[in-house]
Amino acid sequence: MKQNATFFDEMLATPGDVRDPYKVYFDWFENEDLKRLRRKSEDAEAFFRRIGITFNVYGQDEADERLIPFDIVPRIIAAREWAKLERGIEQRVRAINAFLYDIYHGQEILRAGRIPRELISGNEAFCPEMIGVNPPGGVYTHICGVDLVRTGEDDFFVLEDNVRTPSGVSYMLENRETMLQMFPELFTQLKVRPVSAYPQRLRRSLSDSAPASSPNDKPVVAVLTPGIHNSAYFEHAFLADQMGAELVESHDLQIVDGHVAMRTTQGYQIIDVLYRRVDDAYLDPLTFNPDSMLGVPGIMDVYRAGNITLANAPGTGIADDKALYSYLPDIIEFYTGEQAILKNVPTWRCSEPDALAHVLANLKDLVVKEVHGSGGYGMLVGPAASKKELAAFEKKLRAKPSNYIAQPTLSLSTVPILSKAGLAPRHVDLRPFVLVSPNKVEITPGGLTRVALKKGSLVVNSSQGGGTKDTWVLGD
Amino acid sequence: MMLGKTAGGLFWMFRYLERAENTARLLEAGWRIALTRSSNSENEWRSIVTTAGMNVGYEEKFDSYTAANVINYLLRDKDNPSSVMATLDQARSNARMVRTALSSEVWEATNECWMSIKAELARPVSERNLHDVLMAIRFRTSVVRGALHGTMLRNDIFCFSRLGTFIERADNTARILDVKYYVLLPSAAYVGSNIDNAQWEVILRSVSAEQSFRWLYTGSISPMMIADFMILDRRMPRSLAFCYNEIGENLRLLEETYGTRQPCQDQSDAICKLMRGHTVESIFQHGLHEFLGEFVKDTTALSSAIEQNFRFYG
Amino acid sequence: MKLTIQHQTTYDYEEPVHYALQKLRLIPRTGHGQTVLNWQTEISGGEKQLTFDDLFVNHTELVKVTPGATRIEITSIGEVEVENLNGVIGKHAGFAPLWLFENPTPLTAAGNNIRKLAASVRNATEDHDDIVRLHHLSQEILSLVTYETGQTDSTTTAEVALTAGHGVCQDHSHIMIAAARLLGYPARYISGYLFMDGQDQQDATHAWCEVWTKGLGWVGFDVSNGISPDARYVRVATGRDYTDAAPILGIRHGNGTENLHVSLQVQQ
Repeated sequence: MKQNATFFDEMLATPGDVRDPYKVYFDWFENEDLKRLRRKSEDAEAFFRRIGITFNVYGQDEADERLIPFDIVPRIIAAREWAKLERGIEQRVRAINAFLYDIYHGQEILRAGRIPRELISGNEAFCPEMIGVNPPGGVYTHICGVDLVRTGEDDFFVLEDNVRTPSGVSYMLENRETMLQMFPELFTQLKVRPVSAYPQRLRRSLSDSAPASSPNDKPVVAVLTPGIHNSAYFEHAFLADQMGAELVESHDLQIVDGHVAMRTTQGYQIIDVLYRRVDDAYLDPLTFNPDSMLGVPGIMDVYRAGNITLANAPGTGIADDKALYSYLPDIIEFYTGEQAILKNVPTWRCSEPDALAHVLANLKDLVVKEVHGSGGYGMLVGPAASKKELAAFEKKLRAKPSNYIAQPTLSLSTVPILSKAGLAPRHVDLRPFVLVSPNKVEITPGGLTRVALKKGSLVVNSSQGGGTKDTWVLGD
Repeated sequence: MMLGKTAGGLFWMFRYLERAENTARLLEAGWRIALTRSSNSENEWRSIVTTAGMNVGYEEKFDSYTAANVINYLLRDKDNPSSVMATLDQARSNARMVRTALSSEVWEATNECWMSIKAELARPVSERNLHDVLMAIRFRTSVVRGALHGTMLRNDIFCFSRLGTFIERADNTARILDVKYYVLLPSAAYVGSNIDNAQWEVILRSVSAEQSFRWLYTGSISPMMIADFMILDRRMPRSLAFCYNEIGENLRLLEETYGTRQPCQDQSDAICKLMRGHTVESIFQHGLHEFLGEFVKDTTALSSAIEQNFRFYG
Repeated sequence: MKLTIQHQTTYDYEEPVHYALQKLRLIPRTGHGQTVLNWQTEISGGEKQLTFDDLFVNHTELVKVTPGATRIEITSIGEVEVENLNGVIGKHAGFAPLWLFENPTPLTAAGNNIRKLAASVRNATEDHDDIVRLHHLSQEILSLVTYETGQTDSTTTAEVALTAGHGVCQDHSHIMIAAARLLGYPARYISGYLFMDGQDQQDATHAWCEVWTKGLGWVGFDVSNGISPDARYVRVATGRDYTDAAPILGIRHGNGTENLHVSLQVQQ
């Protein structure tokens, strides 16, 4: 395997020198037959297709169902590396929940002047309907998926805090299931921490967040899906199945006796906790988008009255908004009194004159993003831009600096994949999954590693040729 | 506890699977006739399409009944919402919807059934590979049934699945008989020609019962025997009596599970009672066509009563 | 002044209702110069599901129409003692931050005409205090938009009503709110009851607005009547615009039309 000089490779930090967590795997691999491995890889694909772990592609002939490519080389993380990530994630998630409570109640952080008011007042992710709502158990983000990238031995950065409805956990579980079936011998040689308890933990975590007012003996949990045509339907069904919860759609639900209830073969059954995979805007046509066919009219009223738990709470998007991201270290300090354990990607807010000067001077090395943009629109990738594009962007930047933030282009670490010629390094990121209940924060050891399968590419999104890998966190 | 929608999804998933299988059997019977008889195959194909209930749509698209057109229309034509492919699409959609109620073996069998038949039907089916395609359909749907029997709990999930299967099957057998009822009339027996023997064979073949019929009835065959076999014989897994026996049994199990008797169970019991009170002679006296017509109507009414009583829809 | 209010809303449905909800904001609160002596809401053809305070601390109720019903009748009866505060409500309270009332909403988004109106008022009142400026704005609106029923409905935006030149109290309030926000004042919508001497029988509830000024806090303006609220006004619900404070807001699954009838008596 050839080592790329400019990027940190998680297997071969320096050429020829295998890093500790990968030593056992590397020796095993050396003795494997490439042909056999490639066959295994094909088996894995057939397996994924049979169980139906596909995502739908809209706008294509008869809603094409695609597989996300799976690479059979695991990404391996050492115990002490994970321990640090875990502490950092927990700190971050606790601060985010404290922030959400505050921002929808007294707004002390604004009064204290720690973040500018405009950041909230002018932000579409702020959900006024959440003002004064007390979520059962005080939990806003029951499920989070924190996106991390690595650039060096000790350098992890948080790229995004996904606290709306993060997806991908079914891939974490199915990837592991597949690896266990294909390479049982590896699991006997290495102490890989299991991820399989996630659905039971999710169930318990959601049950622990149930409202006190429930008329049920045991909390009734259901998963709300937009339906079988949603791109993440597989995951919705998978999680409901694994948790032993009902999978419901809008037309299964009604308001009954002041609660949300689902229509069963024997009448209506009251739901205590709804793990909803429907976006805020569609959740309640009586409160938000009146044309929504995916939501439950009146559910926000039931929520405000304290008769149901919504996971995640509506309005959590204000905490993972791009404009707010650069203030996360301040937010962590404000609510926990501690320094942030995990680093943010350095961000220049162009609204600040010094930052703007720096950005203008280094435009060709930076990524500049619109504060409220998403999906890569209105973005400048300095190193890839032409002189003309740079000049045009500079003009926009000078005209309305407050509309932009800038970040350095990150040198994402690489992990090998199985290519035709054997192992080849590709860029990766990592999304660990976090569960928050009134009593605790639990982080499943592992997560979803997304990998850019194209050589040199830094884009790991599945919609653009990205694949996934199993992520192994080693025990002590 | 089960969602009403889930009960409905299971019911329809198995109705559609049964329907796909029945259409394949019907085509097989038609194909057999076309192979063994040279003249007037157009009439045979028409009667196959009519039995499948797709003649209106077919005639909008084609002027004549030819083997190639009928085969492709019934199996895979995009303009035919009841084609085997469309029916399997529906079965799988319902299976996806109720996935949390299915064992992984049943889900995977259903998904594999859909994937492999979709691949088989991706291109036009020629007379040469028709046999293989029909075999594949029968085989794949059998695997789903096998997985259902081998891996599912005998609870309400199983009951709704079976109700879907037997409502569809009862309806299908009754329709086959009704389209061909005239060849079963006593007067037809006197004709005693080969044509009628061939017609009887189509009837038996389209429910894959020619072999079991031969085991039970040796010597001279009369249309009355065929009618008796297909309507009242409880040993025969596609007879109307057999289907209603199963429907009654599954509704009884639901009553036991839920502790409530639903009105649809009275309807089902009434139909069972009616069947037990009949002999094949009394049916012919009553009028075979009338009997079948009422049976189809009652079965449709029972199906919608099940939908309502168990809250399939909001 | 002690006011007796009887307010009845009836919906007649062409076809039996399959599933429908009505959200009611019909219960006045004690405070800000008014004391609710007694208040009762009765519903026929529906069942109360929830009672709670919404984000603007309005007493809110959620009602489900009885499945199969063809009519629902919602009746509020009560007595409220009101003192004259000359429209001054005072200090801002509650979790909903003051800045929430600075942002436009779909019904109060400013177009060219509202921008022009705000600019002319700004120029005309440059040397005057907030209250003078706001009264001037209120008078301008009344002179530009004549009170006329039947021309606008609950979905009419402030800009559309101003451009059309006629509207009802709801439109007047929306225009005032939109223009006040442009001028830098937080502003909110109020729905409530108005005692009108010699007119016991009314066919709609009333609406006005409140604007926040540094000196006085929230101050009420009834554009349609050209005054600030006095002892004849009962505040019921507030919000950023009509949608937040609507007395009744519903959603219904199924076919057929519905007919709405309101009968309202406000008596001394």
